Amino acid sequence: MLDKAIIQQLQQIVGADYLTTEPADLTCYAFDATQRRYLPDVVVYPHNAAEIAEILKLANAKRIPVVPRGSGSGFSGGSLPIEGGIELVLRRMDRILEIDEENMIAVVEPGVVTETFQKAVEAHGLFYPPDPASLKFSSMGGNVAECAGGPRCVKYGVTRDYILGLEVVTPTGDIINTGGRTMKGVVGYDLTRLFVGSEGTLGVVTQIIVKLIPKPAAVKTMLITFDSIRGASQAVSHIVLGRIIPTTLEFMDSTSLDVVRKATNIVIPEQVKAVLVVEVDGEPELLEKQAQQILTIVQPFGVVDTKIAQNKAESDDIWKLRRSISPSLRTVNPNKFNEDICVPRSRIPDMIVALEKISSEVGVPIINFGHAGDGNIHVNVMVDLATPGMDEKVERALRAIFEATLELGGTISGEHGIGITKAPYLRMELKDKVIDYMRIIKRALDPNNILNPGKIFGTDGGQ
Amino acid sequence: MKDRQPKLKDYLHDIQQCVKCGTCHAYCPVYDQERREPVVARGKMALAQTLLEGKTEIDERFMRNLSECLLCGSCSNKCPNKVPVEEIVAATRREIAAQKGLSLFGVGLTQVLRRPWLMKLGARFGHLFSAVLFRRIPQQSGLRLRFPAPYIRRDRTIPKVAPHFLRDSYPEFIPGAEDRPHVALFTGCMINFMFPQIGDAAIRLLKALKINIHIPKDQGCCGVPALSSGSGGTVTELAQRNFEALGRTKVDAVLTMCASCNFGLRSHLAKIGGEAGEELAGKVMDIHPFLIKYGIQEILAHTPAPAEVTRVTWHDPCHLRNIGVTAEPRALLRALPGIEFVEMPDADKCCGLGGTFSVYHYDLSLRIGAKKVDSIASTKAAVVATGCPGCMLQLQDSINHAGLNCRVCHSLELLDRALNLEQSE
Ligand SMILES: Cc1cc2nc3c(=O)[nH]c(=O)nc-3n(C[C@H](O)[C@H](O)[C@H](O)COP(=O)(O)OP(=O)(O)OC[C@H]3O[C@@H](n4cnc5c(N)ncnc54)[C@H](O)[C@@H]3O)c2cc1C
Ligand code: SF4
Ligand code: SF4
Repeated sequence: MLDKAIIQQLQQIVGADYLTTEPADLTCYAFDATQRRYLPDVVVYPHNAAEIAEILKLANAKRIPVVPRGSGSGFSGGSLPIEGGIELVLRRMDRILEIDEENMIAVVEPGVVTETFQKAVEAHGLFYPPDPASLKFSSMGGNVAECAGGPRCVKYGVTRDYILGLEVVTPTGDIINTGGRTMKGVVGYDLTRLFVGSEGTLGVVTQIIVKLIPKPAAVKTMLITFDSIRGASQAVSHIVLGRIIPTTLEFMDSTSLDVVRKATNIVIPEQVKAVLVVEVDGEPELLEKQAQQILTIVQPFGVVDTKIAQNKAESDDIWKLRRSISPSLRTVNPNKFNEDICVPRSRIPDMIVALEKISSEVGVPIINFGHAGDGNIHVNVMVDLATPGMDEKVERALRAIFEATLELGGTISGEHGIGITKAPYLRMELKDKVIDYMRIIKRALDPNNILNPGKIFGTDGGQ
Repeated sequence: MKDRQPKLKDYLHDIQQCVKCGTCHAYCPVYDQERREPVVARGKMALAQTLLEGKTEIDERFMRNLSECLLCGSCSNKCPNKVPVEEIVAATRREIAAQKGLSLFGVGLTQVLRRPWLMKLGARFGHLFSAVLFRRIPQQSGLRLRFPAPYIRRDRTIPKVAPHFLRDSYPEFIPGAEDRPHVALFTGCMINFMFPQIGDAAIRLLKALKINIHIPKDQGCCGVPALSSGSGGTVTELAQRNFEALGRTKVDAVLTMCASCNFGLRSHLAKIGGEAGEELAGKVMDIHPFLIKYGIQEILAHTPAPAEVTRVTWHDPCHLRNIGVTAEPRALLRALPGIEFVEMPDADKCCGLGGTFSVYHYDLSLRIGAKKVDSIASTKAAVVATGCPGCMLQLQDSINHAGLNCRVCHSLELLDRALNLEQSE
């Protein structure tokens, strides 16, 4: 509980209407998409950087935890107030301040929803590629803080690749600007990159300068089915070796195809053991040719069937197959542990084999699909936690999955970040020395460990 | 009557299906305005869950948060786990009324909101309204719940009660051709008491198709206003009464002209228990697809076009969108001679009425409505057609506030006029 005087001071900063301590409001901010629950002491809805600076100065002086929150769609618990304190909700700062066509940049506040921003720039013939599956509701600030990625990043890269500069309020309450409005810029350290992906532990992002590119004229979608995951993976490697970089290269392995077969009426022939959804974009005249080229390249790798969508409806049909997995997963078991490991793309088949082995050894269903183009696999350990001893099994499976990932030269999180859910596994991937340097940075910016404490490094904090 | 509606605890499993993903943010019209977690489905599911766990008190804020929902189903329609949010919100409101010993959730809410000026205004005008206008409307009608005292405000376009009520103007059975289906026409309160011309149009259209029409006089309110106000007992009582009235003669379909009635009738009949209730609920059908199925388009094809062309757009009532009735009304409007149909952006976004929502959150409701008006204005349409008298009220009120020159009507009225059925009668 925060004492009355502090609440009053916060009220003076943001205005009485933009703060709440009512239990029935706090309850609604105790969650994010991890479904874990931690109550904040107070929720504030600031309007601008100046207010946030005041809040952080107060919090720093009084040693009160502050947790930035965008849309609360995070999968690693980044926005959860695990030590209570102030939940700083940024959704009200949602102006698109500028779309500069000539220089192809835009300036936005952190509360803008990703898709809203994309639609706004597309109206100017411009394009902001990062496309997390949550784009209809995630915030730009959250995307920056997690360095979100999506299917299109095979060709276009992740959030980090589109951020030119930031306005950040530091944990001690200074408002600083990093980077700028130019494509080039090498003056001093690249603090922009430091803040991108820092999971709200180093500063609160209050403005974002975004790089834009021209909007591709057209997209072509195709579906290729294979008789093995190895064939599908070799096909992916050869597409890339053929110097074609598709916008999207999504795969489903046999575990996910089985789930879809059982849960929906979508017909998938039995001999199909892996599926690729491939998209290419660019000038319409070139696309048909590229699509044909891809079909020729993949032919030797156990192709069962191919289909090139001729219109929007056919392309929607192809995506329906891919999108039907997530909702179907719950038919397997009620509880889902959804990991977002990433391996070099040529190692996908080895990873799938390892996953199959872990699944049978530990005795839990593991269902896999994801982004074949960049090796990012969504590994879903589906269990019923009501079964006695299940927690321990899950823990065993997760550790084995991360070990296998790292052995293949991969990383334990490609998109979702560490937050609290992956904090226990941080040391599996990072050397102690590296963690030490990270903590030195954290301590330098946040000497009292008030900003999003307990995240990434675990509860022993940044000290 | 004893409340036979499901209890909040019956929804425990459904509530647990909410994985807090946040998808509902993208579809909730209230969240779109407020950007606060308590107004959106995810927050409401968290509140319902903590109430069931006994981890929260029903205090004023709790009630207020539960009141900020249009029961529009925009969230559940897109929810990856199909969480029946609007049913859970309604059940939570019943739980509040029960625990707090209130007759209605709304009664508690009036105290919570404590807006003295609104109450005073409401008392003055509301008294007039109920005394003069509601004198002829039965106690049980949903209109009394839908338009309680605080609804009445000087700046609001207030509906008028019709001089003649729909059901009083027709016999209980209007025979059609022997080989044509029998339908029961569910009139609903708004159409019966306020917009009987919509019912007149429907009856003329059905007659033109030689359908056998039953209009049982003792049918009542669909129960949506009672559902919204958290009165489970009333919902059950109304469902029972409609079951008896509509189930008396064997019919092929029960037709609704109001999207909310369609939702209310269908879900409440199914819950009064027994197969018979479910069977009847299964026959509840919106009138648009019915008219198409029985050949209204052939008649339209032979209707001469008038000289003047009117530009018309369509608003999807939430409760038609949720059951997938979106193509049929458009097909009918497109088929109308003398009408240029234009699609408005975000046609499927809620208008902001939401049962009793707009009574207690008029300003918020108007802000949602204003967004809708921007969509309508962008089409330059002279007429907005829709399939729900509730939406009609809200749209007209929003349009009047914006000073837009545009008229709202039911699609049935346009059909009726195009076919010139009134003249030929
Ligand atoms: C259904 C679903 C699908 C998803 N798909 C993807 C996907 O394909 N790819 C992907 O990368 N992720 C995905 N995610 C995860 C999530 O949507 C992303 O991590 C997203 O970037 C989070 O944005 P948010 O606004 O919800 O942030 P929140 O969850 O609110 O916060 C996330 C983190 O960012 C911090 N933060 C938020 N705003 C700021 C700010 N202005 N300044 C500083 N720190 C801030 C928070 O403290 C927290 O640590 C998915 C999530 C869901 C529920
Ligand atoms: S979309 Fe459904 S599951 Fe997701 S948070 Fe909303 S109600 Fe819950
Ligand atoms: S029913 Fe409508 S108003 Fe209520 S939470 Fe769902 S989308 Fe929002």
